[in-house]
Amino acid sequence: MALSLRNLVSRNSLAPLPIGRLLLSTRGLQTFSLPDLPYDYGALEPTISGEIMMLHHQKHHQTYVTNYNKALEQLDDAMNRGDPSTVVKLQSALKFNGGGHINHSIFWKNLAPVNEGGGEPPRGSLGWAIDTDFGSLESLKQKMNAEGAALQGSGWVWLGVDKELKRLVVETTANQDPLVTKGPSLVPLIGLDVWEHAYYLQYKNVKPDYLNNIWKVINWKYASNVYEKESA
Amino acid sequence: MDELIKATYNNGNPLPEFNNAAQVWNHNFFWESMEPRGGDMPKLGLLDQIEKDFGSFTNFKEKFVDAALTLFGSGWVWLVLKRQERRLEVVKTSNAINPLVWNDIPIINLDVWEHAYYLDYKNDRAAYVKNFLDHLVSWDVATARMIRAEAFVNLGEPKIPVA
Repeated sequence: MALSLRNLVSRNSLAPLPIGRLLLSTRGLQTFSLPDLPYDYGALEPTISGEIMMLHHQKHHQTYVTNYNKALEQLDDAMNRGDPSTVVKLQSALKFNGGGHINHSIFWKNLAPVNEGGGEPPRGSLGWAIDTDFGSLESLKQKMNAEGAALQGSGWVWLGVDKELKRLVVETTANQDPLVTKGPSLVPLIGLDVWEHAYYLQYKNVKPDYLNNIWKVINWKYASNVYEKESA
Repeated sequence: MDELIKATYNNGNPLPEFNNAAQVWNHNFFWESMEPRGGDMPKLGLLDQIEKDFGSFTNFKEKFVDAALTLFGSGWVWLVLKRQERRLEVVKTSNAINPLVWNDIPIINLDVWEHAYYLDYKNDRAAYVKNFLDHLVSWDVATARMIRAEAFVNLGEPKIPVA
């Protein structure tokens, strides 16, 4: 509250105060909403069932969004009241639900129906980088599948690019930790959700089958775009 | 098995065998924590102890459900007898961890890995936990475990009826 009043007092411009924007900045809280899927729930079959896609999007991702917004409101309130104990206590809920929202938003873009390019191998600079850093696309898939199979509990397997070292990396994160928790210069390109909710209804406990199959619907075009942007 | 778990836990830096050893133990314990017509309430000594340490049985159930719903990721919820504090507590652990590693004595547990409930309940973990407490948990087994635990933890003077 005090901070924005200070901004008011120190304004140099003679232009009229934009009251609408002022109200937004005193409240200062942006909340989030569930992004739409770029395809129908059934569009990834038979690789990922429509039932899984629907539950995953409408229930799991929506819950992360709802709880993230709730945590943000509580954080905003605690910060305004100057309550550091509550601010700190909220960190795990923010990381878990915020991470869940971040990760799943990327995941939906990582997938595409076969007739929209799902499964088509990467070309261009990302294709080259994969061959350089991993030997071949097959070798990369095997590495990510192995990491995914070995992951204990819930988490994600990532193909990322280290924008400082200009190198591709394969990393895993636990629960809903975003890739950036493994290194501040890491940018996610592809994330494989290995939480049981991502595959259990269809593949039951056979996680390796899910991992072997998911490559058929991976959207390398999106990954290439992100890679090219970060390598520019 | 208990020894193997404590040894492979390696004081917080688990060795590769830990996950499998602990999960074997956790699941064995889980199957025995349930019975077909379970639920209802504990009786006598166990109920007294629960009321002493939680205020009421209802309060214990609330704490148990809350722990299950606020566990991020995969893990287990436990009713455990804490050796040092000499009281019952509800504890949640991640992935394969169980209270044996802290030398405490588990009384019942509930698997909240998604595989435990997803086929029947999909994402509705709350319904699964409530059904466990209302219809599955075996308070008979819990009582037997409690009696054994009291051989190791002094919970106070026994209530011997005066002649």
